[in-house]
Amino acid sequence: MSALTFTLKQRTDQRVDMSPLICQKLAGMEPTEVAAIELQNGKRKVRVDELFKISGLDCQNIQIKNSFGKLDFIGKDLSEGSIHVDGDVGAYLGMGMTSGSIEVFGNTDIYAACEMKGGLLTIDGNAGDFLGGAMIGNKQGMKGGAVLVKGNTGDRAGDNMRRGVMLIEGDAGDYCGSRMVAGTIAVLGKTGRFPGHMMGRGTLLLWSQPQLSASFNDCGAHTLAFLPILLKSFKKFNSKFAEVEIFNRVQRFGGDMAEKGLGEILVKIYK
Amino acid sequence: MIINGVSIDNTFAEAFPMKATRVIITAHTAQWAFNSAKSMSGFATSVIGCGCEADIERTLEPSETPDGRPGVAVMLFTMSGKGLRKQVETRAGQCVLTSPTSALFSGIDGGTRIPLGKNLRYFGDGFQISKVINDKRYWRIPVMDGEFLAEETTGQVEAIGGGNLLVLAKSEIDALSACEKAVEAMRKIPNVILPFPGGVVRSGSKVGSKYKALGASTNDAFCPTLKGVTKSELSQEIESVMEIVIDGLTEEDIKKAMRVGIETFCSIGAYNGIKRISAGNYGGKLGPYHFHLQEIMA
Repeated sequence: MSALTFTLKQRTDQRVDMSPLICQKLAGMEPTEVAAIELQNGKRKVRVDELFKISGLDCQNIQIKNSFGKLDFIGKDLSEGSIHVDGDVGAYLGMGMTSGSIEVFGNTDIYAACEMKGGLLTIDGNAGDFLGGAMIGNKQGMKGGAVLVKGNTGDRAGDNMRRGVMLIEGDAGDYCGSRMVAGTIAVLGKTGRFPGHMMGRGTLLLWSQPQLSASFNDCGAHTLAFLPILLKSFKKFNSKFAEVEIFNRVQRFGGDMAEKGLGEILVKIYK
Repeated sequence: MIINGVSIDNTFAEAFPMKATRVIITAHTAQWAFNSAKSMSGFATSVIGCGCEADIERTLEPSETPDGRPGVAVMLFTMSGKGLRKQVETRAGQCVLTSPTSALFSGIDGGTRIPLGKNLRYFGDGFQISKVINDKRYWRIPVMDGEFLAEETTGQVEAIGGGNLLVLAKSEIDALSACEKAVEAMRKIPNVILPFPGGVVRSGSKVGSKYKALGASTNDAFCPTLKGVTKSELSQEIESVMEIVIDGLTEEDIKKAMRVGIETFCSIGAYNGIKRISAGNYGGKLGPYHFHLQEIMA
């Protein structure tokens, strides 16, 4: 059975709420029922078949083609199956997803992986601001699962992150890991200004020396036994992280001392 | 049954159900992992007086351990799950947490999960850090030499304790030397431990005693100095009897270890002083698992 494929016919002027098109909601639906689903498009509602050419039947394997940056809420609350997107996507990609996988071959707008709880979200391009963040007014962002970004991220990646792992192959913007509650963010590239701003707990693992705020204190060079286990766990990803050299020596910076001060920024020590 | 002049008694070893777990201790060097493991499995020969039976199962190459450092696998056996929880936590806290450069991991993935580092984390006084990696939670506890890493839980599984062999020899030296060889061979079998000092017991016991306060007492039927004064199981030529006690995860594991042990004794042979192989059999009072020596060697 071939993948259930939605090919965008024409770009819309208004944003589209794609949240109805997830595996568990489409399970058991006839093609005509799928075509008749209404999506919010700006102020009006439009049928799926008005926006997309639909083919294939396997709703556990959804493909979205010709995607562009106004398709919001793709994979919202996904709990099973996989979604594959060709092109850029809008905001709130994979918001609240609990399981399954989403892979985007393009860039994402703000709030990808917002309050994500489980599963794997892969972004082949760049991610916008507030990757893995919390909805405005909420106190906890990403609570589980893994986010893999092969490009760069915007500002405040991992804002309010509570649990899970965020892997950034490229560079991270300013305030990476801001207000982190817990969890792990690893960045192979560079980080912008003031990573870990106001983080309470959690770990930022960096391969490049960061520009730290004055409220992070140097705790010295250390050999940490958990690092090889963590790094080995990255081997399962189709990523540069799967190929990184296993190491256990890092410079540890504790902070943010303006908050709880129980977070850490670990910077790889090169021999 | 006689093999190489050694008589195998038509009897059985009687064993009983236990709860068990395996933990993996790693350290900067194999020696330091061993130091910690030796301490953790110390004073753990018998549940009668030690609270648990424990021993080093085997040493582990860096490639076999979770953190890629040299390691040692330790197995602990108790009569109850509650007892195992207590023993694991107490021994982990006093013998592994305290040992330089050590880290502690579960050696059994399945089973009922019991605390390993779950409560030890409070030693970190709020500075401890949790990391969930591949669905397993680890605790990083700051200590004076750096950081102690412990997996949150380990697996408790059903197991068997009290498998045993008695070797009856012409002299004490013959018995001891044969036991040393047998222990060396039996320790290569996975999933079993030989919890007594050097794997050997010289004070095998029977159930009951003439003293009401005691539940067990010396196995007088196998004491060579009492040959003439009690209902002895020993012939005149037997001057020394030693026992190897085996705890294992399954009946099959214990059978394999017993077979290897008996084969070793028989290979030494009657010519070198090994006369008989017997087993601790307490008439069914002790436990439901019966390991028949002749069936094992059939």
